[in-house]
Amino acid sequence: MTRTTSLAYQYDGTFDGWLCCVFESYLWKEMPIAIHSAEDPQGLLLEAKWIETDPEKAARVRRSMPEKMGPEATEWIRLGFLTCVADKELLLLRFLRLGYTHGPTVMDRLADDTVHALGKAIQQLRRESHDYLAFLRFSVYGSVMAAIIEPRNEVLSQIAEHFCERYRNETFLIYDQTHRQAIVHRPGRYEIIPLDEWAPPEPDEAEEKYRRLWKGFYNAVGIRERRNHKLRASHMPKRYWRLLPEMQVGWRAGAHQGNASHEYAADLKLRSVKPRSRLRSTPGPEQY
Amino acid sequence: MDVMDKLEILTASAKYDVACTSSGSRRKGEGPGMGSGAGMGICHSFSSDGRCISLLKVLMTNGCTFDCAYCVNRKSNPIRRAAFTPQELADITMQFYRRNYIEGLFLSSGIMRNADYTTEQLIAALELLRYEYHFTGYIHVKAIPGADEKLLSRLGLLADRMSVNIELPSQDSLAKLAPDKSKTSILKPMGVIRERIHENRADLVKYNHTPKFAPAGQSTQMIVGATPDSDHQIMMLTQGLYKNYNLRRVFFSAYTPVVEDSLLPSLDTKPPLLREHRLYQADWLLRFYGFRAEELLNEQNPNFHPLLDPKSSWAIHNREQFPVEINSAPYEMLLRVPGIGVRSAQRIVRARRAGALDFQALKKLGVVLKRARFFITCRGKLLDGIKVGEHTLIRTLMSGGETALPQSQPEQLSLFDDQQFSALRVGGSSWLQG
Repeated sequence: MTRTTSLAYQYDGTFDGWLCCVFESYLWKEMPIAIHSAEDPQGLLLEAKWIETDPEKAARVRRSMPEKMGPEATEWIRLGFLTCVADKELLLLRFLRLGYTHGPTVMDRLADDTVHALGKAIQQLRRESHDYLAFLRFSVYGSVMAAIIEPRNEVLSQIAEHFCERYRNETFLIYDQTHRQAIVHRPGRYEIIPLDEWAPPEPDEAEEKYRRLWKGFYNAVGIRERRNHKLRASHMPKRYWRLLPEMQVGWRAGAHQGNASHEYAADLKLRSVKPRSRLRSTPGPEQY
Repeated sequence: MDVMDKLEILTASAKYDVACTSSGSRRKGEGPGMGSGAGMGICHSFSSDGRCISLLKVLMTNGCTFDCAYCVNRKSNPIRRAAFTPQELADITMQFYRRNYIEGLFLSSGIMRNADYTTEQLIAALELLRYEYHFTGYIHVKAIPGADEKLLSRLGLLADRMSVNIELPSQDSLAKLAPDKSKTSILKPMGVIRERIHENRADLVKYNHTPKFAPAGQSTQMIVGATPDSDHQIMMLTQGLYKNYNLRRVFFSAYTPVVEDSLLPSLDTKPPLLREHRLYQADWLLRFYGFRAEELLNEQNPNFHPLLDPKSSWAIHNREQFPVEINSAPYEMLLRVPGIGVRSAQRIVRARRAGALDFQALKKLGVVLKRARFFITCRGKLLDGIKVGEHTLIRTLMSGGETALPQSQPEQLSLFDDQQFSALRVGGSSWLQG
């Protein structure tokens, strides 16, 4: 029998570290009351057992996941770890335990609270990743390109392939300001690296010219008689606007200007994550 | 004239074309240059009217020898005219694409001299983009009715999607408003494109390196509300186009008056956005929900109800087919329940393998119980306390809160509201008479 303890786990915040929490939970047949990464300030409030990251233990859990619960559920664990859902570590542990009990059919239990909660978190990760395929904007500085994003979930690994294929012959950087990571791409290879800070250079004349042209196009393409700002905001949530040259007032696109960005990122983190209100079933011409 | 002026003029002239999708083409990004096709399509921005901006939608030129009554670019309309050179167009496309502003290019044109000459200009611009700039992103190009078949074939090899606008839903309307176009001149290139796509599929199987012909297929659009054609006519035509021409999409464009003409609704007519919305809902039902146009409308009821979506309307008229038992109904029948969409139907089918579902579970699967509750049972039981009188049914299913549409703000919901009424009147026969 698995006991629910009043004990919290604390780990180093890595995926391997979390796998070791799983190992610990199975070893002692216990269910922790919470799992926090070392950086999480909440961890201080509870009595916590420190879980050391041990590559061998992690590897054992890693191997057993696809065997016990199949590839689809294993993929959910991987994706779930990238999400920003509250207490994701504990949610993932509960999901994993469910998966080890029921096997691959855990994926059918869509009405189960744990499966449902994780599914929703992953759906949001996917939606946000897709949003950044759309709303990310590069600035061109001579022969290199750079973009800044402020995602709630860790989307970099989800969007990397798309951009590396599309801009295969370019050298570019995509900086995730929220999680302090960046994709660095040179023709033929890319990596995701931690990056504490990165400030974009001032745009040059050519860059400003094309931002201006883009704004000109944007303003010309809207149809006045059909103006509908609500519909626009529901398709393109306002939190993305400050990254978009076309949504800046005045001709100078302020996407990468000023340094209030860190405060803004912190602000984003604190706000609770609400699911984007879906438009009524409006199968408009524009959506697909 | 500088490039900014040209861009603004040629965008303003192209904006009434609705199709701006970039889906259906998985183009692998390889070789020199840049670009890839994402398959699912990406909307990079949304304009102030809430429509998707996926492609750089512009005309090669807005000069035109035709005089179609509804068109902003008709030759008798005194507007500023401009034309891009292929270089200018290629440069803007590449620079926008590089910055991830767009998914690709949507190129159309007014008729310069004649159809063949215009098509040659489009080919020149696209060849420059594909072969000199090595652009491997998405291209949607308009086929010009009346152009030579050989030219059409060359154009199709450069594009991901082609489209020929059907413009108006009937031959009569066409004769009246677009005297330079005819049903045959529109359907012929559509037929040619269909054949080329078909041949190309066969060649692709036989030979490895056959260039692809319009891999994202073809689409069309028609203007709604400029002529007295009914929703029934429009849906039957739409269904026929999907079936006979294998179209990927049929788009509807609520008529926005841009020029004064005695044959057209007056300049102060509001675009019938609600009607356009209903047509899209019905189009969805045809493509993803297994409905046929005849089930939704007929001669006696030729127009959609402004306050009821087409699916709810169908369900109310076919109450003998309900309630549906969630735990055993086939997928096709689940799809017909108001409040259940493709996703939630798929989830239901999957989740009921793990055990019987109740109303609580349905909520988690994304079913809109507010609508669905009248039409379903869980383990043989209706939702507690539900009464399925016709009156409550219609009242609850009426799309009251459709805030996304400007016409359906609460104060406009009364049955005999002038604005809504006139919007439907434009379509000729009002639903009230039907």
